[in-house]
Amino acid sequence: MGSEHLSKQYDSDLETLRSGVLQMGGLVESQIRGAIDAFSNGSQELIDQVIASEPRVNACEVNIDTDCSHIIVKRQPAAGDLRLIMAISKTVTDLERIGDEAEKIARMSRQIHERGHTDLYRFATIRHAADIALSMLRQALDAFARLDTTRAASIIRQDAEIDTEFRAILRQLITFMMEDPRTISTALEIVWIAKAIERIGDHAKNIAEDVIYIVKGTDVRHTAVDVVEREALG
Amino acid sequence: MSAAALQPAEQAITQKIKVRNLDFFYGGFHALKNINLEIPAGRVTSFIGPSGCGKSTLLRTFNRMYALYPKQVAKGEILIDGEDILAPGQDLNRLRAKIGMVFQKPTPFPMSIHDNIAFGVRLYENLSSRDMDERVEWALRKAALWDEVKDKLKQSGNSLSGGQQQRLCIARGIAVKPEVLLLDEPASALDPISTGRIEELVHELKSDYTIVIVTHNMQQAARVSDYTAYMYLGEMIEFGVTDEVFIKPKKKETEDYITGRFG
Repeated sequence: MGSEHLSKQYDSDLETLRSGVLQMGGLVESQIRGAIDAFSNGSQELIDQVIASEPRVNACEVNIDTDCSHIIVKRQPAAGDLRLIMAISKTVTDLERIGDEAEKIARMSRQIHERGHTDLYRFATIRHAADIALSMLRQALDAFARLDTTRAASIIRQDAEIDTEFRAILRQLITFMMEDPRTISTALEIVWIAKAIERIGDHAKNIAEDVIYIVKGTDVRHTAVDVVEREALG
Repeated sequence: MSAAALQPAEQAITQKIKVRNLDFFYGGFHALKNINLEIPAGRVTSFIGPSGCGKSTLLRTFNRMYALYPKQVAKGEILIDGEDILAPGQDLNRLRAKIGMVFQKPTPFPMSIHDNIAFGVRLYENLSSRDMDERVEWALRKAALWDEVKDKLKQSGNSLSGGQQQRLCIARGIAVKPEVLLLDEPASALDPISTGRIEELVHELKSDYTIVIVTHNMQQAARVSDYTAYMYLGEMIEFGVTDEVFIKPKKKETEDYITGRFG
């Protein structure tokens, strides 16, 4: 990366690819924000918006993957370029799945609010977990844009935090369900939402791992966090 | 750069060629600068780099091809199976029988296909006509050419297509049963199908020979070789396992060259 290719067209193709990923990331980010707001306030309009943007996210994924294939065919990328393209192809899959999770949250929120069985104090914890997930995604996109491995490593560490949040929400909901079985349907839907948020964290972590792969050339998937940190910072 | 630093990580393979502190001069021009390199036996090693970087020069030191020209001087050591081929008193004919070479342009001799192969063998061995026929067939089969030429062995080598001529030259090279095969841009004048055949051949031959290939085509180096050396301005910049060199090169110079950032 760094300096330019002999072929200006190659540089511009790669740049288009990178900015496409960031654009898609922005779209997905606003989807999550919309879904979580809709969960809190029950806004039908927001729910519809989140669901309606799903096809756009899907189209981004397909288009970027197609562009990746074109570059592979035309340029036979090597070294850093090859790693960038491999990572982009994986990153857009993760972004698309995050979009799916946002849609899931929106649909669940609709059911919860239609049923009218809403105890808002329960939602505070969800909101907190969602904020962590959203911030992880934002940082992952930022790390991708700047090829910042230090930030990428810190995202991977944050994933543990979101997993803890998820377990806490689960325990809390189980208590509610035991106290009052009438809350079971709603509580289960909230479990699904919490699970979706936890998955968003996982996908953000995958993107962070891709960033480390691009920069360092090391595949840090399925590796202990401290090993990842040593690799990313070394 | 130390020799140890350039040794491939893979264990349990022996090194066929060890280059130590090699300098090479074309008259006053210093073409190779302190090259240290160990080429593994039974593997394919490729040399890549821009024109004039010294990769062909290095290849041509392994069978002392340069000795045909005055004012070309190599200093240092090239150990093949532990024997320094640059030492005085080396029998060049014996050396070149042990180390075959194929050039960029196919160079069939102006004689029949059969004699093209037999010519070199006659220099080193005294075979009966039957044994010679067997040797010719063996070499042509090894070079994946037998089926195409078995009915026209008496025809001139020049009657073959470019790709076939190149395989004929490879057959000629292996007919004397060398231990090392040096290929200098063996496919650069060939169409993609002939190139594919040559690459397939390299793959098949590597179990029996140590192969060193010089190529301008980086994809070819990535496809056919186990180890890759990147050279620039007469220096060995990086040497390592091919997959690593092409996915995660250690040097920025290598990365710039293989990704097309070389200006």
